[in-house]
Parts: sequence; structure tokens; C-alpha cells
Amino acid sequence: MSVRRLADAAIQPKSFAFTVENLDWAKGEIAKYPEGRQASAILALLWRAQEQAGGWLPQKAIEHVADLLGMAKIRALEVATFYTMFNLAPVGQFHVQLCGTTPCVLRGADKLIKLCHDTIGEPLQISGDGKLSWVEVECLGACVNAPVAQINYDYYEDLTPENFTKILADLAAGKEVKPGPQVARQFSAPSGGPTTLTDPALYAHGNGGPLHDPALRDADAKWPGEPANVREAAVPKSPVGDSSANRRS
Amino acid sequence: MLADKDRIFKNLYGLYDWGLKGARARGAWDGTKAILEKGRDWIINEVKASGLRGRGGAGFPTGLKWSFMPKQSDGRPHYLVVNADESEPGTCKDREIMRHDPHLLVEGCLIAGFAMGAHTCFIYIRGEFIREREHLQAAVDQAYAANLIGKNNVHGFDFDIIVHHGAGAYICGEETALLESLEGKKGQPRLKPPFPANVGLYGCPTTVNNVESIAVVPDIARRGAAWFAGIGRPNNTGTKLFCISGHVEKPCTVEDAMGVPLRELLDTHCGGVRGGWSNLLAVIPGGSSMPLIPAHDCERLLMDFDGTREFKSALGTAAVIVMDKSTDIIRAMARISYFYKHESCGQCTPCREGMGWMWRVLSRMAEGRAHKREIDMLMEVTTQIEGHTICAFGDGAAWPVQGLIRHFRHEIERRIDDYSANPHPEPVRVAAE
Repeated sequence: MSVRRLADAAIQPKSFAFTVENLDWAKGEIAKYPEGRQASAILALLWRAQEQAGGWLPQKAIEHVADLLGMAKIRALEVATFYTMFNLAPVGQFHVQLCGTTPCVLRGADKLIKLCHDTIGEPLQISGDGKLSWVEVECLGACVNAPVAQINYDYYEDLTPENFTKILADLAAGKEVKPGPQVARQFSAPSGGPTTLTDPALYAHGNGGPLHDPALRDADAKWPGEPANVREAAVPKSPVGDSSANRRS
Repeated sequence: MLADKDRIFKNLYGLYDWGLKGARARGAWDGTKAILEKGRDWIINEVKASGLRGRGGAGFPTGLKWSFMPKQSDGRPHYLVVNADESEPGTCKDREIMRHDPHLLVEGCLIAGFAMGAHTCFIYIRGEFIREREHLQAAVDQAYAANLIGKNNVHGFDFDIIVHHGAGAYICGEETALLESLEGKKGQPRLKPPFPANVGLYGCPTTVNNVESIAVVPDIARRGAAWFAGIGRPNNTGTKLFCISGHVEKPCTVEDAMGVPLRELLDTHCGGVRGGWSNLLAVIPGGSSMPLIPAHDCERLLMDFDGTREFKSALGTAAVIVMDKSTDIIRAMARISYFYKHESCGQCTPCREGMGWMWRVLSRMAEGRAHKREIDMLMEVTTQIEGHTICAFGDGAAWPVQGLIRHFRHEIERRIDDYSANPHPEPVRVAAE
């Protein structure tokens, strides 16, 4: 268990309120849960509040969410201080969460921790230009791609001191960086190519075409070469992507 | 080795479309209505007959768990909750399902929900998996748009799926802590009984299942229980996603049959142990909560529930952490203890205080700054934590330490001897803290 406290009163903003857009989104989020169970939406709302506040949760934001959900403020404060993804003090524009748990350490996370110390500074301190901050976190759940770091929304995997230095430098310089494995490798497949799923018969019905295709409509055939299926649905809508898909801070 | 045609996760590596069209081309959502028409009892019996045991760590038979749900609703709704809060160190299998084959999970939710009379399903995904959540949400939206789920869907069973995310607490992977978190509270486990099947989410009957357990259900229903039961050994049936991390040439996630020998698993898919098999020191067979197994036992280790039990460990989540002879085994275990110290929810005293105590003692032992009598004391303390807490977190934190003392006591003693021969006043700074 770790002790987590709110940031110093001197840096706490005087007020916080969701933007109109976020408020609409929050209402939609609350509506997902049964009547009277709106407290369930607290994690999602606090997370959105953290995004709006620029990467950290001011006290006023926590209280605003509590009011919105009709909760006692102390209950919302309990939640905000319990879950470690809520930053209770400001972080850099790119907040590096470096995994330091055993599977990552076995693959060399120690060197990356030292590198962060040397290039960024102490944990949870923002670098001079305001771009970077870092913290050692517990298992991020991408252990076969260890060592791993999460920077804002994305995972950066198979890190080495060399490629990690470059990622940090590129981010600070405002350049585009590629998330995912940093070595030649297909996600979690063994480097050098998969040892399984090589039988082409598995994909005899086609591989589904290009990625991110719209949903199959009822008028479309499920298998190539077969007649289209009987109409199942009334009027299918096109799929709605998660609104966060385009966000990247 | 398992034949490709017997694999369930055909897009494990994200080479193909993860969307609805791609999933259908690979066989998902095929004949789902016919499966539901066979009825609740048929589905539950089929899952029981398949021998599927929960893939989240404890290995509880899934069909049996489902049958605990009340047959008739007493007015309260039934809920299905999918535990996608994957945070056990070493484990990264559910991530691949959610980002590369989310429709297997969505379809599985419908079938499982139908079998338990649950019209609403919550998928609790860990907060760090932001991109994975986006894929999963998009897949759910696609399923709604194609009217596969939702009100008045083509399957004739109203079914809603809500993707809910956490915010970075390992303990929320414990089922009652997950329910607390889902209700908008701190993730602190509940006392049992009552069990979630009677009083779960919002006080209603609830079943909590792991992502992988749910995602394999459509294939079991389609291909038949006999097919699934025919893979692996009795009582340890089916296929399993193994995540192999640590000191192997090529770490990877791979689907293989239950009961595959560890050595075959490592040699076939991972290019073997770094520096050859003889360089192996120990493996943790099932995520950090499980006791390690030293190299001389690994030769005969079969990767399933009973095979790992033979060596006083457990399959857990089938996350194999491989450690070669260059590993500082005491420090590796001390780091795991630090993980548990950090993630303890603070509710039960043996866990809250014990985790920090174990970590501090192990950190000293990693440097040799300890007495030999403290080894027995540490062992004694682990047994006082184990079984004396509300949830299994205490057990999961005590077991790796017990495994270390059981198999590497000589290493701890050697280090104490080395230190006492040459004591240095300043403790060596450990990067982990």
C-alpha cells in the first residue's frame, strides 16, 4: 500500500468544471449504469477530468465529479487516492510510466530506470522544459514484450537503452514516435516470425480484408462466394468508434 | 504440438482484421443463434463436459461456476462480469484477445450471459489498456450495429455489454474487489460468504469470469465439448494461452495444448532458454503469485494444473517467467514482494503490514545483511499471512517467498556468509527502490 496525498494547496486550481462536451459525454457514461448506481461511472469521469486538467487530478476536479454523481466528497477522494493511475500532482506533457516489476527487470529494466534518472531526473519531477516526467510503475501486463513503458496512451515495448533514449529525445523534440514493439516483431509473436498459425487453410475464407473495416452488414455475405445472408437486422447503423480513438496528447 | 486447426485464437498476433468482418471470416458469430436455441442447460452441460477450468488463475471449473447462478430470477437482474483486469506479473494473454480478437469475447459474453440468464454484461478492463479498450469498445459497437447484441437482436435474447475500465489497481483482479470497484468504490475485497452468485454486483446474482474462459466458450459450443476435452489430459483439458517472458531467446505469447512439457514449450516457440537448457536456474510457471520451480524439476514439468501441482506450484495464469543462471534470484523475489507491498489494498493487517515486512527482510537478504535464523522467521511469517486475509492476495504474496526459501535456502545462506566475511556498513543501493 502506498500513501498518496493531494498536491500542495499552492498549486491547486481555484475551480474546475467539465467542458460542455465532456459534460455531455459524462452524462452518457452515467446513463450506462442502472438507475441509482451512477457512482459506478466515477473512474471514467475522474479519468476524463484528469485528461481535461492536463494530466493530473486537482482537488476541485475530484469534488466536481463527486457533485456530478451525487456522492459524498470523501468517497470520491477515497477513490482518487486509491487508484494509482490518477496523478495527484502535475506531470510532464509526456508522462513515462516505466515498468519495474520482475519480468521487466529480467530483461533489463534496471538500465532504463537509471536512464530515466539521468535524463529526466527524480521520479514524478517534471523535466526543465516541462515535456517529460517519469515514474516506476508495477506490472503493465505486456511481459512478453519486456521491458515496457507506457507513455500517455501508448505502450512502448522491447525497449533497450538505445531505442528508449531516442524515443525520449524524439518526444521532447515534438517528433512522431511509433508505439508498440521497438524491434522487428509482430506484437507478441516470437521475433523472427510466428511458430504457430502458419496453416493457410485457417484463413481459407479470407483474412477479413484490410484492417479497421466497417462492420459487416446483413446484405453482405459472411463467406466469400456464398449468397448474402437473409436479412437479420432492421436498419444497421455504421459502427461508432470510441471517441478516444483520435485523442493523443 | 497442437495443430493449427485446433487453435481458437486465430488472430493472436494481429496479422488480420480484428473487426467483425475479419472475425466472421475466421468463424466467429457463426450459428450463434442455433447454439442459444439449444437452451441454457445444454450450454452449461456442454461447458461442464468440456472440462474447461477457469483461465484466470484459480482453475475453478467454469461450467460448475455457472451452475451456481439461480435458475430463476427472484426479481433481481443477473449479471455477467468479465474480469479483464489483467495485471498478474508475467501475464499478457487477455490483452492479445482484446486487441486482436475481441469478437470471440463479445460472442462468448452473449452465450455465457444467456446460459446464466444475465441480460447485462460488464467487462472490467484494466485502466492502462487504453488502446485495447478502444478495440474492445469498437468491437462491441460493431456487434450492436450489426444487431448481434442489444435490444431485439437477431438472437432473440436482449443483451447489453458495457465496457468499464479500472484505474491501476492490481487488487481489482480479485473478483469481489472488482465488483466493489465497478460499484464506484475503492477496490477492497468483500468477505465471503455471501458469494457473488447470490449477492454480487449491486447486490444481485453475479458471475465473474476471466476473459480467456469466456472467449473459448463459442468454440466449445460450436466444435463440441468432446473436441475440447480431447486436447490435453483428463482434468486439464483444452488449449491455453501461454505467455513466456524472461530469459528465453524469443519471448512470446502462444496458444498450445494443456499439459505441454515445459521444455517443449520453450524450445518450440521461444528458441529455448538463453544460453541453453543447462543455463536454466528456475521458472515461475503461472504468474508471480506462484512458487518457483528449480531447474532440475523443470525437465519433467508438464504445463497444466496437475503437472505444476506435482512440484508444489500451480498453473495460475500460465505466465511462464524464465530465469537463467545470471539471475539474482533473491533480488528477483524481493522485487515481487515489493510489487505486493505496493498493491496491497490495506484492508487486512497481516497483508498490509506483512508485505512491507517481507520486502524489507528480503531486500536485506539479497545483500546478505541478515541472520540465518531470520530465514526461518521469514518462513514463519509467510505462513501467518497465508490464509489469514479476506482474499487470496495474501496467499499469492506468501507463496513466492515460500518457494524461494524451499528451493534456494542455500543461496540465501551463502550470501549471508559472504557478507559476514566482508561486512560493509553502507547498504548497496537497489535500483528497484
